[in-house]
Parts: sequence; structure tokens; C-alpha cells
Amino acid sequence: MAPQQRKPHVCRNPDLIRGVGKYSRSKMYHKRGLWAIKAKNGGAFPKHEKKAVAAAPAEKPPKFYPADDVKKPLVNKRKARLTKLRASITPGTVLIILAGRFKGKRVVFLKQLTSGLLLVTGPFKINGVPLRRVNQSYVIATSTKVDISGVNVEKFDDKYFGKQVEKKKKKGEGEFFEAEKEEKNTLPQDKKDDQKSVDAALVKSIEAVPDLKSYLGARFSLKAGMKPHELVF
Amino acid sequence: MVKGRQGERVRLYTRGTILGYKRSKSNQYPNTSLIQIEGVNTKEEVGWYQGKRMAYIYKAKVKRNGSHYRCIWGKVTRPHGNTGIVRAKFKSNLPPKSMVKIHPDMDLLAAFCVFSGVKSV
Repeated sequence: MAPQQRKPHVCRNPDLIRGVGKYSRSKMYHKRGLWAIKAKNGGAFPKHEKKAVAAAPAEKPPKFYPADDVKKPLVNKRKARLTKLRASITPGTVLIILAGRFKGKRVVFLKQLTSGLLLVTGPFKINGVPLRRVNQSYVIATSTKVDISGVNVEKFDDKYFGKQVEKKKKKGEGEFFEAEKEEKNTLPQDKKDDQKSVDAALVKSIEAVPDLKSYLGARFSLKAGMKPHELVF
Repeated sequence: MVKGRQGERVRLYTRGTILGYKRSKSNQYPNTSLIQIEGVNTKEEVGWYQGKRMAYIYKAKVKRNGSHYRCIWGKVTRPHGNTGIVRAKFKSNLPPKSMVKIHPDMDLLAAFCVFSGVKSV
């Protein structure tokens, strides 16, 4: 059927004032044509049978009634969005890390992870910064860019950096002390290999640019007379 | 705490001097302090520092959290006047002894200016 054009429906019982209609109940009965519907149906208003409701499975009374009224948390309809990346930060940018163990180090930006953190690498050989996550707020972006096309960063995501969950073993009394001293501090070999593979391509493009290697190896520091607000990064 | 390189000092903050509280001639309002940031001499230059964080670092005899150094964090709120002085609000008001200029204990006001924070570079 062709879509029917609905005329905007005029109210049958316009308000005189809010809450007071123009027509009385009996007038409305007549207006709505209920008398005609009844006449058509032989004097009574047409009814239809209720659909049979499937018998609900017998509910057991709950075992546990909470002592106090438990408050329902409010509905949270917020969606997390990826942190906006500053325009000055593009893959291959050299960043200066401002806080933490590697503060002052100049480091190459690889990509932004789904958590919003930035994936960054020294490269390790050059300045000892491994593949690491860094928050955008703790970083200054410089205008120096490194060619990053040879690097494959697909496999790195936040899970890669998560804490390794150790499988729980049932410990007997005697084993208690021994089991705890297992390898906790050594980096698994595959992470070292990942570092090497990422750095291999990077170091090549870095060495192609004069002085870039020693630039990345040096730390950034404010010296006497340096005014941050006048520095151009 | 692991020290990456022993002895390599990296300064990523700017120093500042605590001048006093926001005040009129005979009333002072200790919730806002006036800070002179090194190298900042005009109202326009303060724009870069607005919103940056500051830390007042002082020493204490008793170790807390494993260190003799303690810190009060704050932020640069707005410029004060025309010559680069800055108003700052700290988590708790700065103690009056921070205003003493030559203090044998060498209390620092390090305007940390976490470089990004609010403003983007």
C-alpha cells in the first residue's frame, strides 16, 4: 500500500484550560461514536478474549533477603571514547617523557593503544627505554619525526602489557617457600624478541639521519636561563 | 626505587619563589599564594604556565612514605599584575615559613609545570 499521508490528528476534546475539556463525558461518548460501535455489536461493547497466559514456572521464595534496602546504582549510559591524540603527536614523532623512571628521555612514538595510552620505544639499544606505555599528559611532542614505516606494531595492545597472571598451583606446606621464589623478575624471552624486531627497523631509519641517534640517547633537561614558555619543541 | 642512571640529574621543572599570600594592605587571603616563576616577566608569558602544576617541597625530620621530603601540590591559576607574578592555589595553604627568603633548610618551590597537563604543546 502506498504510504498513507497522516493528517495531523486534531484533538476531539480541546482543553479550555489545562485539565478542563470542552466537552462533557456524555458529549464525548457521542463524539467518539461508541453508540455506533455498540449498535454494530448488538448492544454491548465488543470484547475479545484474553490470550491464554502460559503458566509461569512456580517461583521459589528467595533464600536470602538482604537486611537493609539495597540501593540500585544509577544507570550509566556513558560510552568510553578513545582519548584524543594531540595533533602534534603522529607515529614516528620524537617525544620527551616528563615523569617516571625515564624522565627526560627522548623516545619514539609508535601508536596509540585502545586504552588511550601511547606505545613508545627508546629504541632500547639507543637509550634503554623498552616498549612501553606512556600517558599523553606526561609527554612533550617535538617536531622531530622518525620514519616508522618499516615497523610492524600490530601485535601490541594493552593486554600485552598487562600483568602476567600466574596459574595457581596447589601448594603443599613444604613447597610454600620454594614456589614463591620462582622467576618473577626475568622478562620472558618473547618480549625481548619483540623489542628487537621493532627496534631493528627503527634503528636503521634513525641512523640514516645525522645526529639523531645521539639526540635520542641524550636526556632533555632544563638548564640555567632556559625558559620553557619560550622554547619551541 | 630503582635509579636508572646514578647521578644523572634531569631538571624538568622551573623554579619559583613564594612571595606571600594574596592580600590587600591589611588583609591577607591565605588560600591563594603569589609566586614568582623564574624567567617570567610579563603577564602574557604567564599564559603558558596557566594550569600547570606546582609543588612546594620541604624537608622534615620524620620520614614519611620513606622520604624526608614532603610536598604540597598546587596549580597556577592566573597572572597577578603585569610583571609575570602568578597566583596559585595549593591543596592546602602554603605555610608562612615558606615565604622566608633565606632559609637554612633550603625549601624549594619547584614549579613543576608538568608540561602538558591541561594545555597541549
